[in-house]
Amino acid sequence: MTGPTDQADLSQHTIDGHVAAAKAAFADAQTTAELKQARLAHAGDRSALALAYRAIGTLAAEERKEAGQRLGQARAEVAEALAQRETEVGEAELAARLVAERVDVTLPVELGPEGAAHPITALIELMSDVFTSMGWEVAEGPEAEGEWLNFDALNIGPDHPARGTSDTLFVEPLSDHIVLRTHTSPVQARTMLDRDVPIYVVCPGKVYRADEFDATHVPVFHQIEGLCVDKGISLASLKGTLDHLAKAMFGDRVETRMRPHYFPFTEPSAEVDLKCFVCHGNSVGNPDAPCRTCKSQGWIEWGGCGVVNPRVLIACGIDPEVYSGFAFGMGIERTLMFRNNAADMRDMVEGDVRFSRSLKGMAR
Amino acid sequence: MRAPLSWLREYVDLPASMTGRELSEVLIRAGLEVETVDEVGAEVTGPVVVGRVLTTTDEPQKNGKVIHWVQVDVGAEHNQASEDFPQGCRGIVCGAPNVAVGDLVVVALPGASLPGGFGIASRKTYGHISDGMICAEDELGIGNDHSGIIVLPPDSGLEPGDDPAEFLLLRDDVLDIDVSPDLGYCLSIRGLAREAAQSLGLTFTDVVSKPTPATTAAGYPVVLDDATCPIFVAVSVSGIDPTQPTPRWMARRLVMAGMRSISLAVDITNYVMLETGQPLHAYDAARLQGPIVVRKARAGESLVTLDDQRRTLDPDDLLITDDSGPIGLAGVMGGQTTEVSETTTDVLIEAANFDAVTISRTLRRHNLPSEASKRFHRGVDPDAAYSAAHRAAALLDELAGGTVWGDETVAGAVPAMPTQEISAELPSRILGVTVAEARVVEILQASGCVVAAADGQLQITPPTWRPDLRDPYDYVEEVGRKVGFDQIPSVLPAAPAGRGLTREQQARRAIGRAAVGSGFVEVLTFPFGSAEDLDRMGVPGDDPRRALVRLANPLAETQPFLRTSILPGLFAAVNRNTSRGNDDLTLFETGRVFFAGSGAPAPIPVVTQRPSADELAAIGSALPTQPTLLSAVLAGRWRTPGWAGPGEPAGWQQAFALADAVASAIGAVVVRKAASQAPWHPGRCAALVVADQVVGFAGELHPRVVAAFGLPERSAAVEIDLDQLIALAPTGGSIAAISGHPVAKEDIALVVPDEVSTAEVRAALVDGAGELLESITLFDLYTGSQVPAGYRSLAFALRFRAADRTLTDAETAAARQAAVARATGLGAQLRDF
Repeated sequence: MTGPTDQADLSQHTIDGHVAAAKAAFADAQTTAELKQARLAHAGDRSALALAYRAIGTLAAEERKEAGQRLGQARAEVAEALAQRETEVGEAELAARLVAERVDVTLPVELGPEGAAHPITALIELMSDVFTSMGWEVAEGPEAEGEWLNFDALNIGPDHPARGTSDTLFVEPLSDHIVLRTHTSPVQARTMLDRDVPIYVVCPGKVYRADEFDATHVPVFHQIEGLCVDKGISLASLKGTLDHLAKAMFGDRVETRMRPHYFPFTEPSAEVDLKCFVCHGNSVGNPDAPCRTCKSQGWIEWGGCGVVNPRVLIACGIDPEVYSGFAFGMGIERTLMFRNNAADMRDMVEGDVRFSRSLKGMAR
Repeated sequence: MRAPLSWLREYVDLPASMTGRELSEVLIRAGLEVETVDEVGAEVTGPVVVGRVLTTTDEPQKNGKVIHWVQVDVGAEHNQASEDFPQGCRGIVCGAPNVAVGDLVVVALPGASLPGGFGIASRKTYGHISDGMICAEDELGIGNDHSGIIVLPPDSGLEPGDDPAEFLLLRDDVLDIDVSPDLGYCLSIRGLAREAAQSLGLTFTDVVSKPTPATTAAGYPVVLDDATCPIFVAVSVSGIDPTQPTPRWMARRLVMAGMRSISLAVDITNYVMLETGQPLHAYDAARLQGPIVVRKARAGESLVTLDDQRRTLDPDDLLITDDSGPIGLAGVMGGQTTEVSETTTDVLIEAANFDAVTISRTLRRHNLPSEASKRFHRGVDPDAAYSAAHRAAALLDELAGGTVWGDETVAGAVPAMPTQEISAELPSRILGVTVAEARVVEILQASGCVVAAADGQLQITPPTWRPDLRDPYDYVEEVGRKVGFDQIPSVLPAAPAGRGLTREQQARRAIGRAAVGSGFVEVLTFPFGSAEDLDRMGVPGDDPRRALVRLANPLAETQPFLRTSILPGLFAAVNRNTSRGNDDLTLFETGRVFFAGSGAPAPIPVVTQRPSADELAAIGSALPTQPTLLSAVLAGRWRTPGWAGPGEPAGWQQAFALADAVASAIGAVVVRKAASQAPWHPGRCAALVVADQVVGFAGELHPRVVAAFGLPERSAAVEIDLDQLIALAPTGGSIAAISGHPVAKEDIALVVPDEVSTAEVRAALVDGAGELLESITLFDLYTGSQVPAGYRSLAFALRFRAADRTLTDAETAAARQAAVARATGLGAQLRDF
């Protein structure tokens, strides 16, 4: 080990030389590694300044104070120069790294396969949410349903043509009186049988018809029905509810029309039409600009509705002298066709992933 | 019902300028579904004029045909002068056999266009320049006749050059209306004219104007032997000339209304039916034997109907009979033996009324929709029978030279209509718009009701043509239709505070989102299936999925059952996708499956009161059980190879991960146990266990199933009973305090016999480590030369932490040791690194 010599040179001149050498070495260092070498050489335990500091003890007592001050200043100066250079080198290195590490941000990336909800499911949720946000609840029921609940309870008598095997799918044998529900209305009947009035429910779900299978008909499709039974309910309440739903589904500018119609379970009954989205009614009586969407009628049928027939209330144990109600129902597939231009209903049931992936998030 | 506007105008004085389309708007508002307005004759454009045949020269052709070279005077405006005819004419080649000099004919001149876009131009044919066409009925679209050209009668008042359209009834607007079941009376010009008049506030003339007289048996003897025929009117007309043709106006209207012109007598009955809504039947009186008896069929009886079909009759079929037996299926179709023919001179007209339900059952039983049954099964005005019979008789008199007998038969009587009492404010209350009592009365009276008002109550008797007006709310609808639904305000009702979605509904949404978020694509398939699908899946005979529910009338004979598994539908969807080039598939569906119920029939309680609890329970237990499943299929690649790395096949790992994700979405924890279950690979199938209950299965599909369904190799699948899973999900968790003390980490590597599952080892470690254990993760799985055959090395990372203190090394070591000790109990050995 080399120690301080007897003749340690702690002169100002020598110390200044050490400081200058340190600063020069720091300035020369271009990388953190070089700077580390320079630090060890000029500010480390074995650097000239460190050795000089240790040599203070060899001086005469009266010289020590002054030498200590000189060395202290010198070491502070070197430390400051080192810190400054460390910052400079660090910044430069970081800047170089950031440049070097640049990636092509347009590269395709993925977390995993792209999932998607079926547009029908998504629309059922959307429509249900319109109602739950108003305090309504969502009711459900079985798809294979008692004939009484699907028909009789809804004032569809035993001789109604819809009860034939050409319209309705029956569980074998026919004498079991079990059908695949032809509408979600039996859920309304169940709701009236199960719950206390007032009732405000929507019933979305799958329904079945012995129907053909083409671009505009599928034998298994989805409906959402609404039922409200309360005191003071009228056709005006129905209109208000349908207008609200139509705006929620199609925007504030949508126009609706209620047109008298016939359904056994409602009286008065109506069909609710929407002003044609495509021609806005301009195709009516204008053979030069026919409209395929509304067949130049100006309106397109959306669903059926009406005031609940008191016979239905009675069959479900509700006093029509006290309460009145309304009901409505529309096809989810049909609504999807209007909202999102889906052209062929077959696409909705064939399971092609491209169909399910075609509507995402807020684009629904 | 197809209604020509010109016909409606006879009974309601519509403004001359009103078009069919304008009227249709009015009727739609009143609740009539006008499907189309056909502008009949609109296809005939350009110069179509009256012509007079000046000369005609027969020119036999080589092919044996004779054509006629005809000179026709088509009026000064269209004639062209020639040497022979200085006053002008047109030369036309005509093939019709009935061209005669002096006749008035209809000529389409060059520039005209006929139905089907058939343009007329001058053209060279048979050696002449033919300057137009002399038209037959079918060429103008006004009839089916192509036997010869139209010859206009000399007294038509038409001259060459005139437009024959009006005379020919060429143009009309025809409203095609889909009449709803409650508005049967609108299956007539009478009913539609009444609706139009009422909606527009115009005068209506009722074609049914003769009051029904009291019962009389003066005419042909008729016996009513069944209550389902309340009235039967029989009027005899004798001495008709069966050769008389149907007049143009009548034939034209029948065609526009969608019927065919057959013979004058039949046409008259059809015409009057369309006009009044009362179906009529004309019998050849000479072929009737003895009195007409209306009765139900007897066992073994049969009848040959007008369509030449022999029909075996049902004891509930209502018949018209005579001494020979059945001669007609009442209200549905007549019989062959008594039908009028080209030699019939004496006719008996039947105008009767039959019960709607009886007729609708017969028409469905025999699948015999007819113009008559269409009306009877909706209900026909019983008071129209007498007028309609006389209207037909009068037309036979006028058009066929017949003589109407003064003696007639009216068997039975018009039934009384039921009176209903309603509160005068009921329409306002239910419609949600104020309709003053006076207005309610006025509307109902205009609809034909007799209304007596007293003390705010209305006593209402509907007209005989409105059997649909029965209940109080029927009158509300009638008032509403006439006020107009567009007058009803829009008032959003305020529902009481709701509870939002149920726990199950929220859970199903969370599960769906988790599946989507995990990279799965939702599809919807038809919920039908076949036993063959289950065979191909290898489902054994005693499996619950064999409890199939068969449909009585399936959409496809190949899929006669309701599904008990969603997987076959998803397999088909995989095939459809791959056939379309979508190869990498992660499909899922959430839907119901159906397992056979008790086998007891579902009761049909009465509808006049709430069913009893027992009846409702019996319906419930008769139904199939219908759980909701989530099923998924994975095929192809999970990750496609790309710049970032190699691809990764989709398989059992992702199937398990989906099950974990779905359960985790609702807070449930799935434990997998090796299982053997169709349609999965017996070595790569996991039972999904939640709280000791199997809620589903997941894994790679059995190679045989993959082959049987034509799926990509190593496809995997998941099927989970969501109802069960959701029921087992935890509720109401509590949030533990978050410890700020440091974590102590320990790794444990164990050599484990193959028959001990990872889950068992993990559970032992967890159990042994005690409550200080914060988490445990498998970080390495090794098989190879470092461990003996039949063993594998599992390495777990354990993290320990206490809620209230920093753990000492001794505490951590003790916990670790306890964990290892428990694992060793399973046959695992601590592995030295």
